[in-house]
Amino acid sequence: MSRSDPGEGLRPIERTEPPRPNPLPNGERGLAESAATASTAQIRPGRLVTLLLQALINGVMAGTLIAVPAIGFTAIFAVLRFPNFAVASYATVGAFAAWWANTALGLPVVPALLIAFLAAGAVGVVAEETALRNLRNAGALIVAIASIALNLVLENLVRFFVGNDMRGYDLPLMRDLRFGELRIGPQQVQSLGLALAIMAAMFLFLFYTRFGKAMRAVADNPDLARLKGIDPARIAIVTIFLGAGLSGAGGVLIGLDTSIDPLTGYRVLLSVFAAAVLGGLGSIPGAVAGALALGIAEELALIVAPATYRTAVGFVAILIMLTFRPRGILGERAT
Amino acid sequence: MLSYLIFTLTICGIYALLALSLNLIWGGVGLVNLGLAGFFAVGGYASALVTGAGAPVVIGWVSALVAGAAVGLIVTFATLRLRDDYLAIVTLGFAEVIRLIALNERWLTNGSDGISGIKAPLKAELGVAGFNLFYLVLVSAVVLLVWLLLRRLDASPYGRAMKAIREDQQLAAFAGKDVLRFKWQAFALSAAIAALAGALYGHFQSYISPDHFQPLITIYIFLAVTAGGVGRPTGAVIGAYVVVIFLEGTRFITAVVPGLQPVQLAALHEILVGVALILVLHLRPQGILPERIPKAPGDRIPAKPEVLDVG
Repeated sequence: MSRSDPGEGLRPIERTEPPRPNPLPNGERGLAESAATASTAQIRPGRLVTLLLQALINGVMAGTLIAVPAIGFTAIFAVLRFPNFAVASYATVGAFAAWWANTALGLPVVPALLIAFLAAGAVGVVAEETALRNLRNAGALIVAIASIALNLVLENLVRFFVGNDMRGYDLPLMRDLRFGELRIGPQQVQSLGLALAIMAAMFLFLFYTRFGKAMRAVADNPDLARLKGIDPARIAIVTIFLGAGLSGAGGVLIGLDTSIDPLTGYRVLLSVFAAAVLGGLGSIPGAVAGALALGIAEELALIVAPATYRTAVGFVAILIMLTFRPRGILGERAT
Repeated sequence: MLSYLIFTLTICGIYALLALSLNLIWGGVGLVNLGLAGFFAVGGYASALVTGAGAPVVIGWVSALVAGAAVGLIVTFATLRLRDDYLAIVTLGFAEVIRLIALNERWLTNGSDGISGIKAPLKAELGVAGFNLFYLVLVSAVVLLVWLLLRRLDASPYGRAMKAIREDQQLAAFAGKDVLRFKWQAFALSAAIAALAGALYGHFQSYISPDHFQPLITIYIFLAVTAGGVGRPTGAVIGAYVVVIFLEGTRFITAVVPGLQPVQLAALHEILVGVALILVLHLRPQGILPERIPKAPGDRIPAKPEVLDVG
């Protein structure tokens, strides 16, 4: 036995958690943090308006980024009827695929994002077919539990190859845009644009393509869809590819203006759930609405609470929403 | 080697309590608690804080039970009327919030440094080796007691009603069972048991920190319960011992793989845990000890077509 202290052996593996990366570039958080100290002192009305406006802008930006993986999660839920916890690892896989394309191949953001989408989608389909598919008959909870195990496996596969260090994308540095007292990072504007483009493509796919319409049909009523000759197994594969791909793209967007590590996906998992539940589980427009609502709520909460409790906002939002309106903003029945 | 064995068996007992807790709620009313590590932490901190303020250890354990049940009720309050997957999501979030509180409320929990010097009962009188043996006996006795209680519960009308709810809650409600009441009672009891495990752990280690309550523990316990057999307390206990031995075994196996960094070994270890859980779910979902479903009394008389079997 090599260990001297037996106590060491059974401790859970230490996962050194880096401080939650600042989701906004340098300077942005400064305003919210100074607000916490300023709130006790006198705040000029003009300053308060700026503060709220800045929180609103930051919230919409953060919410738009969360919306991308939230659409993926809720789409998988709509068609396959289980909460897929593995979306966290799909986001991490995507983030690292883009990082590899960006730093090793020297590709700019947009092609790297595409590679992330394809890589995460492919990993998602392979994982689903090997680890989850045969469990569907055992019930949603069993598949959900298996998806947690799957998440653990994929996250650690990433860790095995890249280690625990924080990695950054190789991006040109740009100065913040300033509008009076408001500040916006150009990287955020780009991420926002990319997220909007991804969402637009997703909506076009859902409403104007055969596969998209078939997906919505299966989500709406699987039996009726089967009667109409739609093969649920094929739709499931397409959905998983899209859902995992969107999670992967979301992982990149969230990692773009900070840095990434194997826990990147897990750290946003609760926000993704919260966005989907707020909007109504299984509703894609709902996931977007929920993500925006969550983003703004998180930023407003930062005015009164320390930034470390950011993820707790999602939890509180879920509890409040489930207590008063369980079906969410745009969702169906929840009982 | 002996001290290592005693230590491992004590941890086995603590995991067995967690597995009993999960089995009560999952094998009982069919709900899952993905925040088991959070309740484990609540118990650990509750007892550490209460005994740290001067109360005797027994009071610490009682307060862990009460705190666990109380937060269990808070978590279930919003979700029990909804579909079961909502509770799964909320419990996962709950564990994360508990970890955030443990990390950030330094005045209460001392943050990431953790609480050290937690009272170890009779350690001064027994010495280190004597204490470890005494604590093994104590934890094993608690496991035995909880196991007996839950087996008794399983065989009682209450336990049968729980399983009826697990199988078909609409039918159970139709048969006059108050489904909601059974669910929150079972969840509160289950949470209290997990918190008691946390308290036992804290007083054993004399030190707790947020790192001791990683979400990974929840996965270990799910592996234990599925491997042992969902729905049987005996299966849960056996599963917990098997899983701890499996975890220790993989640690030794991965330690001999040459040429790997420590972080790669740790990753390999977690991969094995995840793969094991997926394999058990696929290959032997009923576990080592499959649940015994008692025959419905109606089976003793030849079934007539006009007899409506409502269990």
